[in-house]
Amino acid sequence: MSARTLPLLFLNLGGEMLYILDQRLRAQSIPGEKARKDEWTDVDRKRVMNDIITTMFNKKFMEELFKLQDLYSKKALRTVYDRLAHASIMRLNQASMDKLYDLMTMAFKYQVLLCPRPKDILLVTLNHLDAIKDFVRDSPGILNQVDETFRQLIETYSCLSDGEFQFIRQTLLIFFQDMHIRVSIFLKDKVQNSNGRFVLPISGPVPWGTEVPGLIRMFNRNGDEVKRTEFSTDGNYVTPQREGSFDLYGDRVLKLGTNMYSVSRPVETHMSGSSKNLASHAKENIAPNPLAKEELNFLARLLGGLEVKKPGGSETGFRLNLFTTDEEEEHAALTRPEELSYKVINIEATQEPGRRAELSRILGELEVAEPRPASSGKGEDLLALMDGL
Amino acid sequence: MYRKEKSIQLKSSSAALYNNLSVLRPPGRQLACFSAVHGPSLSLVSATADGLGFCHRQLQAKEGGMAVSPSFLTQAAWCVLPSRVLLVLTSQKGIQMYESDGSIMVYWHALDIMEHRPAQAVFARGIAAAGGRFICVGTSSGLVLVFDIPPKGTNITVSEVLEQHHDAITDIAAELGQAPDGAGDLVTADDAGTLCVWSTGEEFTLLSKIPASGCTCSSVKLWNGIVAAGYGNGQIRLYEAATGLLRAEVNAHARWIYALDLAPQTGKLLSGAEDSFVHVWKLSRNPDTEDVEIEHCHAECVTDTQVCGARFCDPEGNSFAVTGYDLSEIFRYGRA
Repeated sequence: MSARTLPLLFLNLGGEMLYILDQRLRAQSIPGEKARKDEWTDVDRKRVMNDIITTMFNKKFMEELFKLQDLYSKKALRTVYDRLAHASIMRLNQASMDKLYDLMTMAFKYQVLLCPRPKDILLVTLNHLDAIKDFVRDSPGILNQVDETFRQLIETYSCLSDGEFQFIRQTLLIFFQDMHIRVSIFLKDKVQNSNGRFVLPISGPVPWGTEVPGLIRMFNRNGDEVKRTEFSTDGNYVTPQREGSFDLYGDRVLKLGTNMYSVSRPVETHMSGSSKNLASHAKENIAPNPLAKEELNFLARLLGGLEVKKPGGSETGFRLNLFTTDEEEEHAALTRPEELSYKVINIEATQEPGRRAELSRILGELEVAEPRPASSGKGEDLLALMDGL
Repeated sequence: MYRKEKSIQLKSSSAALYNNLSVLRPPGRQLACFSAVHGPSLSLVSATADGLGFCHRQLQAKEGGMAVSPSFLTQAAWCVLPSRVLLVLTSQKGIQMYESDGSIMVYWHALDIMEHRPAQAVFARGIAAAGGRFICVGTSSGLVLVFDIPPKGTNITVSEVLEQHHDAITDIAAELGQAPDGAGDLVTADDAGTLCVWSTGEEFTLLSKIPASGCTCSSVKLWNGIVAAGYGNGQIRLYEAATGLLRAEVNAHARWIYALDLAPQTGKLLSGAEDSFVHVWKLSRNPDTEDVEIEHCHAECVTDTQVCGARFCDPEGNSFAVTGYDLSEIFRYGRA
């Protein structure tokens, strides 16, 4: 399908991931003075967010991302986010990582489905980028990287026709097909039904460029209007006020893609009950593909370089739990339906010498350049740990 | 006017693709067949008229030479010719033609990547039987391939390539009724909204070209010299095929139209869109003024579904079938 889809998929899913991580880190954070060695503080949260965003918007990474290419498989993409989530001192257990990915994907699926015009997917992406810029507003270096990507996004997509955008949207919808995981915040807001399907409203503003349904006009051979009739339906549509802005700064108008989480609205997922359709879809993914590892290509390897920074020793101190308790997380891991397992693939760097040299060079360039804040005791311990590796 | 009847279950869900439902009702037989594209495969189901007996089949998109990336289907349609019925599948790699029950592939045409600009997507889309002898298939570069189909056997050849469109073809439709003189018997539509009306034969002739109006035309039908076109801005427009003149404009849907169908014996028009609605309209020609008229007959809201396929199940338009994105069933409706 469309070879221009991956940047949009990656940036929007990444944006949702950051919203969720930010909310969970805030929920679990303790004021700096009172925190024990293994508890989260505000400083830690900001560092984790900065590290992940720096990695996401790495120049080489973005260059690779924006190349014309097919979408990755679900497995391959999940591995990329696995690496991304571990780009800092934070650790996530499998169950929390699964839940994080479920939430990210269902949120973006919802946004793609409800976009009034296919072109509005770009507005959704800009909403995510606006929020990401806000996360790093105190770090001019990272802010610059995000702005660069902003520019590249506008350059790549603003000239595409509506038909091409619809093709991109259709490609995304195929990627999200058959995913019906129920998300608590969606169920509460009544945007998702108990069967996991999203509610599609038949009221509200029509897309920019569309007329409110109802009018029929008929013309004679000379082009004069000779008859006018109206029809009505259960729908209750209105004309939109204005179009969202595609500029670097501006009112996007569209709310899709803005942060819907807050500390007071925690998120839970429920595995969809009926597994018949899921099973048939999962089978297609599991079918052996001899070139599956090739698929987990440059992008994942690029991120793979950051594994080097993993702190040794006990990891529980830096662990983030996406569930309310450790017991809940354990239970989720044990009861996750087989067909919903992501089967993350372990990647080893290729043995080919030419590739290795290139990789080493790039891995070297991926060191996070920003000086680490030395104020927190935990930070110093971490650096000491890494020195010892 | 229409009420919901028993649904037909599909083995896999329908993809969000234009015109994603095809129906075959072999004359004189009760058995109706339905097909909907899932993505990399096509779901085929045959049902008896009372909906009690079902037979399922899945057809896969043919991979290219190097099975590196999966191939996705863009559309599937039955093409009814006087001597035979073929099931045609279009994908990113090419065009597959099967016997009508999907049992044997009789022809494969690989798309020529070279014909496309480097940054352009490659796929085939838009399928119609035309002139009692041809099957026309569109491509993403705007070409329309005309295949000459022998009464039986596999000796299918490309007889002509039509080069009038500059944007990806979305849909192709043949005249379903009686074309008035000079009206042509084939219409092709593209992503930019350009429509071309042709006269089929040994050599196809372009009769009129309706210029793009800034909106994708995703679905098109031709009946008694009237072109019915569905657009991305939710409008249905009716044009005179012979002259290209606009005869009617309907603000029909609140979202992108994905499917149109026409019942040739009554002039009923069916439209389905992302806004969850399916509408039934009636086309007619005023005998005195020869003006084209369209009236609204029925609205059906398919709750929480983005409709991607809609077809009449009989030539009078007394029944129709609908499917939507992510749906593993075909909804059916019949005259109450």
